[in-house]
Amino acid sequence: MSGNGKNRTESKERIGVYVCHCGSNIAGVVDVEDVAQWAARELADRGVVIARDYKFMCSSLGQELIEKDIKEKNLTRVVVAACSPHLHENTFRTACNRGGLNPYLCELVSIREQVSWVHTDKAAATLKSKAVLSGGVERVIHHEPLEPLHVPIQSASLVVGGGIAGIQSALELADAGYHVYMVEREPSIGGHMAQFDKTFPTLDCSACILTPRMVSVGSHPNITLLTWSEVTKVDGYVGNFEVTIRQKPRYVNTELCTGCGICQEKCPKKVIDEIYEAGLGYRKAIYTPFPQAVPKYPVIDPDNCIYFERGTCKACEKFCPTEAIDFNQEDEYITINVGNIILATGYDLFDPRRVTQYGYGRLANVFTSLEFERLTNAAGPTNGEVVLRDGITKPSAVGIIHCVGSRDRNFNNYCSVICCMQGLKFAHLVHERTGATAYNFYIDMRTAYKAYDEFYQRVLEEGTLFVRGKVAEVTDAARLPGEEGKLIIQVEDTLAGKQRRIPVDMVILSAALEPRHDADEVAKLFGISCSADGWFIEKHPKLDPVATMTEGVFIAGCVQGPKDIPSSVSQGAAASARVLGRIQQGEIALEPIRASVIEEKCSGCRICNDLCPFSAIIYHDDRMVTEINAALCQGCGTCIAACPAGAITGTGFSNEQVLSQIEGLLMLNLAPPVEILDA
Amino acid sequence: MTAEALVSETKAPVINPNPNLRFLEEVSSRTAGVSRLEMCIQCGTCGGSCPSAADMDHTPRMLFAMIRAGFREEALRSNTPWICVSCYHCVVRCPQEVHITDVMYTLKSMAIAEKLYKETTAPDFSQTFVDMVENYGRSYEFGLATRHYLKHYPLRLPSMAPMGLGLLTKKRMEITPRRIERIEQLKAILARAKELELLS
Amino acid sequence: MSRYLFYPGCSMESSAIAYHESLMAILGPLDLNLEEIEDWNCCGATEYLGINLIPAYALISRNLALAAGQINGHNNNTVVASCSACYLNLAKADHYMKERPVLGEKVNLALAAGGLKYQPGALEIRHLLDVIINDIGLETVQTKVVKPLKGLRVAPYLGCMVPRPDYNKHWSDHEHPNELDRLLKALGAEVIDFPLKTHCCGGHMPQISPSTAFELIRRLIQAADEYHADVMVTVCPMCQMNLDAYQGETNRHFHTNYHMPVLFFTQLMGLAFGLEPRKLGFGKELVDARKAMSRIGVEVPQDEMQPRKARRKKEGLPMPSMPGEEAE
Repeated sequence: MSGNGKNRTESKERIGVYVCHCGSNIAGVVDVEDVAQWAARELADRGVVIARDYKFMCSSLGQELIEKDIKEKNLTRVVVAACSPHLHENTFRTACNRGGLNPYLCELVSIREQVSWVHTDKAAATLKSKAVLSGGVERVIHHEPLEPLHVPIQSASLVVGGGIAGIQSALELADAGYHVYMVEREPSIGGHMAQFDKTFPTLDCSACILTPRMVSVGSHPNITLLTWSEVTKVDGYVGNFEVTIRQKPRYVNTELCTGCGICQEKCPKKVIDEIYEAGLGYRKAIYTPFPQAVPKYPVIDPDNCIYFERGTCKACEKFCPTEAIDFNQEDEYITINVGNIILATGYDLFDPRRVTQYGYGRLANVFTSLEFERLTNAAGPTNGEVVLRDGITKPSAVGIIHCVGSRDRNFNNYCSVICCMQGLKFAHLVHERTGATAYNFYIDMRTAYKAYDEFYQRVLEEGTLFVRGKVAEVTDAARLPGEEGKLIIQVEDTLAGKQRRIPVDMVILSAALEPRHDADEVAKLFGISCSADGWFIEKHPKLDPVATMTEGVFIAGCVQGPKDIPSSVSQGAAASARVLGRIQQGEIALEPIRASVIEEKCSGCRICNDLCPFSAIIYHDDRMVTEINAALCQGCGTCIAACPAGAITGTGFSNEQVLSQIEGLLMLNLAPPVEILDA
Repeated sequence: MTAEALVSETKAPVINPNPNLRFLEEVSSRTAGVSRLEMCIQCGTCGGSCPSAADMDHTPRMLFAMIRAGFREEALRSNTPWICVSCYHCVVRCPQEVHITDVMYTLKSMAIAEKLYKETTAPDFSQTFVDMVENYGRSYEFGLATRHYLKHYPLRLPSMAPMGLGLLTKKRMEITPRRIERIEQLKAILARAKELELLS
Repeated sequence: MSRYLFYPGCSMESSAIAYHESLMAILGPLDLNLEEIEDWNCCGATEYLGINLIPAYALISRNLALAAGQINGHNNNTVVASCSACYLNLAKADHYMKERPVLGEKVNLALAAGGLKYQPGALEIRHLLDVIINDIGLETVQTKVVKPLKGLRVAPYLGCMVPRPDYNKHWSDHEHPNELDRLLKALGAEVIDFPLKTHCCGGHMPQISPSTAFELIRRLIQAADEYHADVMVTVCPMCQMNLDAYQGETNRHFHTNYHMPVLFFTQLMGLAFGLEPRKLGFGKELVDARKAMSRIGVEVPQDEMQPRKARRKKEGLPMPSMPGEEAE
């Protein structure tokens, strides 16, 4: 379109313009009355029949202005100049709907985030507001009435991850009467919570409060438990996901296995258990990770099994009373149909070998938090005895170091939330089990939630010694008398103002929580994103922490960020509530702002296929054209920009709409057109 | 003590070209690189790592707390920067990536400029070293050592004699200084450099 | 192999003459070509930085400018420094001029007064040990070894300014880097897992605050002695000076009786290559290394060599595996 306004489309619409003051947020910088009057005057021949300004358009009174005008002035289009659409687009669309106008014939342009909040020159800001408003008017002329897409919701759901958050989600959904598939990568559910001994601040035995839930999951009629399994493919969209799951071979026939455990006794191959025992204990090549495992069926680890290595042994098969061992099992793939997915895959522990000054891996008696949990656990490698790495000696002094790998630009910037409480819990356990002197080394003491600070008080009473200082190094190089044979913690006691060398026998590192090592791939599989740190991104960090930008996929627990058990449980329940809401409605209304391919123009070049962040693009081999799945498409516009043939257009952001908006922004739609130079 | 009271108590003139600049900002802008001094969370890793902390008036962390509080004279009088051995242990461990060692260099130069350092021979040693380099383009250990010990530790010279003789006889110390060829070029560069300041 | 630009530093020609002699001797076997920067000046060590910032960086940068100007078709843009402080100063100047452009501008204003200029990033600054291990390679080094240093217990002492702050990530770790260990192992020596291998020797502190310095020196010598090292091996002239020349003073100060020879790694390389000790600067050290050297080639009886600390017991709980180790 040329820039003289002569060739612009005739507008037959009746447009209502509303300019918001937003208190002084907009009106403090932009002359809003002037903008409204200008619109009434200059844009009259573009269809503007009424232009108002009002203090708070989003208030009920503001909305009623729109509703009234639609009815009384027969408005066919509405433009609101106010805050960002992220906030009130829905408010004004709903108001239009109440007034009897299709909600998608309403356009909200931002003169706050894009004008009054970023400029200080009032004259320029006012002029820019007029331009932005003018763009909105031009665009809305080309809007079409749209209806949301209605998609049916399958009532079954998928929960990925069998830790406490996943367990909570699954039970809520199953108890409500809907079917749940739970997929867990390890042979048993339980997650990290199954490794702990006690939980803060109540000092509940972790297994005692977890295992009843695990049993419920294992025996629930509405839950299909798929352990030793992984999701390999996700197709479809909200309400109708098609998920392919790979069940790894257990080499044990679960129909015949009674869980008696003889195979594990007889297996001659001992392996260090890196996962459940955190590398501190052993298991056999055929194993259940812990006695209360759900399900009870063991698995064979083919990488360490003598039969798979050399073809001999088969002791398990020989001794199994029910002939349940089956070395011929293979991967099995099943496909399920679910309406919603909840991801609760948890965290990995930071590897403290990266902090070489703490000596983990070099110095025998430096332990990680998970290793210490296994030490204190009655079912652990030392039957609950807190001993040094020689397996025998009890420590007489223990140093607990906070913030290992957290709050550190060299490793992870964030705070891992639970380490302070965990450190206090360890101090308590050290006192209880060994009577040793416990030192806690911290930067800040973060004990925020219910009964947490009271727990700190309790640990203070018990006589734990606190040193405020981030430990500089742990060394075995003795320098002063009394340091021989000890681990020396060198730290500045910042409150006393001096560097101290404190000899201890054992050091425990409260290591950071990190996203799972394959978080990126898992996120991609489900069509969601990870933040820079690697945690899954929630829809809104304040107001929507369990939903994601992908409809139908929810997140719960540490996968969204480090948190304690109550918070994980809350999120698990919250995610289920969201899913239940959807299931109850039976169908879901999706935003009709989508991209679609004009088939005649598509040459089948497939440039757009790999660009879609939501995996919404399908290619039809037979017809050699691309199609966009409207249910998955989120209307981001990437494919539209990439298509070299211009064969993709968007409902709600067609080429016409976008180009007209640009014309309006450049104020080329006015008669005579205004040249905007030296602003 | 307030900063204002400190200033009036000071005998030496307080050289702060921009009175609106806080002490913290002044130190930060005079430091090479981006110092990130304002990012310090007072965790104490630096004080814990420092091999010579026992001999310091204030641990590095405490010194930074003083800088942020604006205790200008007290900070510049501290012997801490002079005991810093530039081992960079603190720098690589600092969770906030503060350029600690370079801040120490800045404090040294500010303390020298305002003559606020306590009895330490370090500034004089450094100045002697620098004088040699500015004259010859190379360091001159024999000249440096003799001048330094004669001036400050004459009584230690006899006990240093065996070591000095050992170095001399093994030809590990040269009696006459080496010189670079284009010493005039170096002098011109340094003269110009002294006119410039790194205050943004 | 193309020529590297070489920045020797003031100590190489005087206090660290042994380093220089042994380096020159092994250049041939290693096929390493070094081209000295013409008319280089002193880097200022840690002295100038504490007096005045811009002149200090200008002093360093004159060398960078000269080096950059010396690049032609026969050499590459890498400057190799053998002294740790020189290495750090050159790397730091280059790095900070990039990180804070206003510093680069002012330094270049100063250099212009001498007709020079330097574009930060134009040179790559590397330490001699880094070049030997990563460019020449330990495999090549090993092929040149004709007299492995079997039976010699060495404590690798890298010092502080080489692995830290390591702006361009040339070293494996800030606290326990393994470069020097691997080199000494390649020479056939028995390498101690020396816990203080990057702890500071005190730098110029013997002149400033002798008691501080002697304490730092004592810690290192004591640790090496406790681990029954025959010699300590360093890469830095200052470290060698402090540990060797001041060992007597340290002994007097603490009433101890240590006799720990301190040698440069290039000297041991030369020995392993079968070169004559006299050509490698042996005899220049103040703490005599003759007795320790007499051990080479001699098998030491088993019971004498029990390490005082047993680091790991086979029974008990398993240790986490460390990268580069065989499974227990």
